[in-house]
Amino acid sequence: MADKRISEAEVVARLSDGMTIGIGGWGSRRKPMSLVRAILRSPLRDLTIVSFGGPDVGLLCAANKVRKLVYGFVSLDSIPLEPHFRAARQRGAVEVVELDEGMLQWGLYAASLRLPFLPTRAGLGSDVLVHHPELRTVRSPYADGEELVAMPALALDAALVHANRADAQGNGQLLGPDPFFDDLFCGAAKQRFLSCERVVPTEELALAPLGTLRLNRMLIDGVVEAPLGAHFTDCEPDYGRDEAFQREYADSAADPQKWRAFADKYLSLDHDAYRRAVAR
Amino acid sequence: MSEQPSERDFSLADLCVVACAEAWRGDGEILASPIGLVPSLGAKLARATFAPDLLLTDGVARLVNAAGVVEGWLPYRAVFDVVWSGRRHVMMGATQIDRFGNQNIASIGEFAKPRAQLLGPRGAPGNTINHATSYFVPQHSAKVFVERVDYVCGLGYDRAAKLGAGGRFHRIARVVTNLAVLDFETADRAMRIASLHPGVTVEDVAAKTGFALHVPPSVPTTRAPTVEELRIIRALDPDGRAQKELS
Repeated sequence: MADKRISEAEVVARLSDGMTIGIGGWGSRRKPMSLVRAILRSPLRDLTIVSFGGPDVGLLCAANKVRKLVYGFVSLDSIPLEPHFRAARQRGAVEVVELDEGMLQWGLYAASLRLPFLPTRAGLGSDVLVHHPELRTVRSPYADGEELVAMPALALDAALVHANRADAQGNGQLLGPDPFFDDLFCGAAKQRFLSCERVVPTEELALAPLGTLRLNRMLIDGVVEAPLGAHFTDCEPDYGRDEAFQREYADSAADPQKWRAFADKYLSLDHDAYRRAVAR
Repeated sequence: MSEQPSERDFSLADLCVVACAEAWRGDGEILASPIGLVPSLGAKLARATFAPDLLLTDGVARLVNAAGVVEGWLPYRAVFDVVWSGRRHVMMGATQIDRFGNQNIASIGEFAKPRAQLLGPRGAPGNTINHATSYFVPQHSAKVFVERVDYVCGLGYDRAAKLGAGGRFHRIARVVTNLAVLDFETADRAMRIASLHPGVTVEDVAAKTGFALHVPPSVPTTRAPTVEELRIIRALDPDGRAQKELS
């Protein structure tokens, strides 16, 4: 079986300008931040980002990496509004597809099942359909004849997710309370990259309940061992969110100088140097 | 009949918590999803008193019962299943809301380049078309209660009616504010004053609402908390954080 271990830099080398990239996690929770920062350090540009958005979206917007965003929300959880994302939106700097959260799930699920769309009531009657006339409805072929949103498949060129543990073959283990939609992001993507807190021997995976094994090696092309790889978002039970750091990040949106200072201090560093810089 | 406290024994926050709790009366064994502190206290109060079968999460993925014991698992994946099954009553906030209950939390101004980007639509479209919804607005003002919302996230009664059968699960139970409780129990499904908080007049509410409200011939006063309810609220919120949020 293939040893799929690679570095953050090797992940970025497999991505290219204009790609559609899905990012796992939810808000400011278990985001693959070391992979996101590797994109920030790269020349990649014009990306379409699909996310249940948190600081992944804010950082990529602040670094002008994004052409288009697809999301249901963008939030830092303990700080409800993501300031870097807000600034990009209010400048009109990014094209957006704003969906109901459930529609986003459905689009990823449709792509992962190779279906053109999945039907749902979510979105009907709302301005989501007004702002996005490309979203169509479909009529039930059965006696009810009900009109439903035909949520189109959200196919991804690449997916980035972060797990607590994985083996070198790409079997990923989520030990926290919520697996979010990471398996759907991987299912919807052509290339799938998993960072994790620790690479462990396969024999150790089943020591925890089987329900923690949410990602298997069919779904993963590359494994990056990145301890503290979700920082400053949370990665329960390994660590909680670094709230002080998140405030520093959010405050850096106040003006370009603060942002440059923040970027110089943290975002120019590779992951090992970053870990030393944020140790406090 | 429980003992009634006098008005000076309870705060505006206590009154709002009880008014929020009332949203879930009679809902049975469903998921209560309160967004924010006052609605959360309301849902817990409802479960501790007249709605004992409600399910509540810890805000992450655990269903936690009234004794604080984890009784189930509800990750986001399962939350959407519950939403679409209808076994849920959410109480959301509203940056803007109109006479038919159309709600905006996404952004203010033009969609392409908003003056203020807020949360995005979150789950509001799917929530409102699938199950009961209520709203809590801590600062009743004409900036929130507007003639037209900039972006319909949560559906109002007019939008739901246009959908015919597709809108059949839509229901807005109530809108609780720092001045009044509002509902849509009217012929045209436009907002009316259901009750006024003690000391608040119809004119006070009208002055802070950007559209004409239905006003019944006689408007009741929002029910006061009982002594038992106040005891429960004190236990749920010993530091009085709800009061700080409302002042």
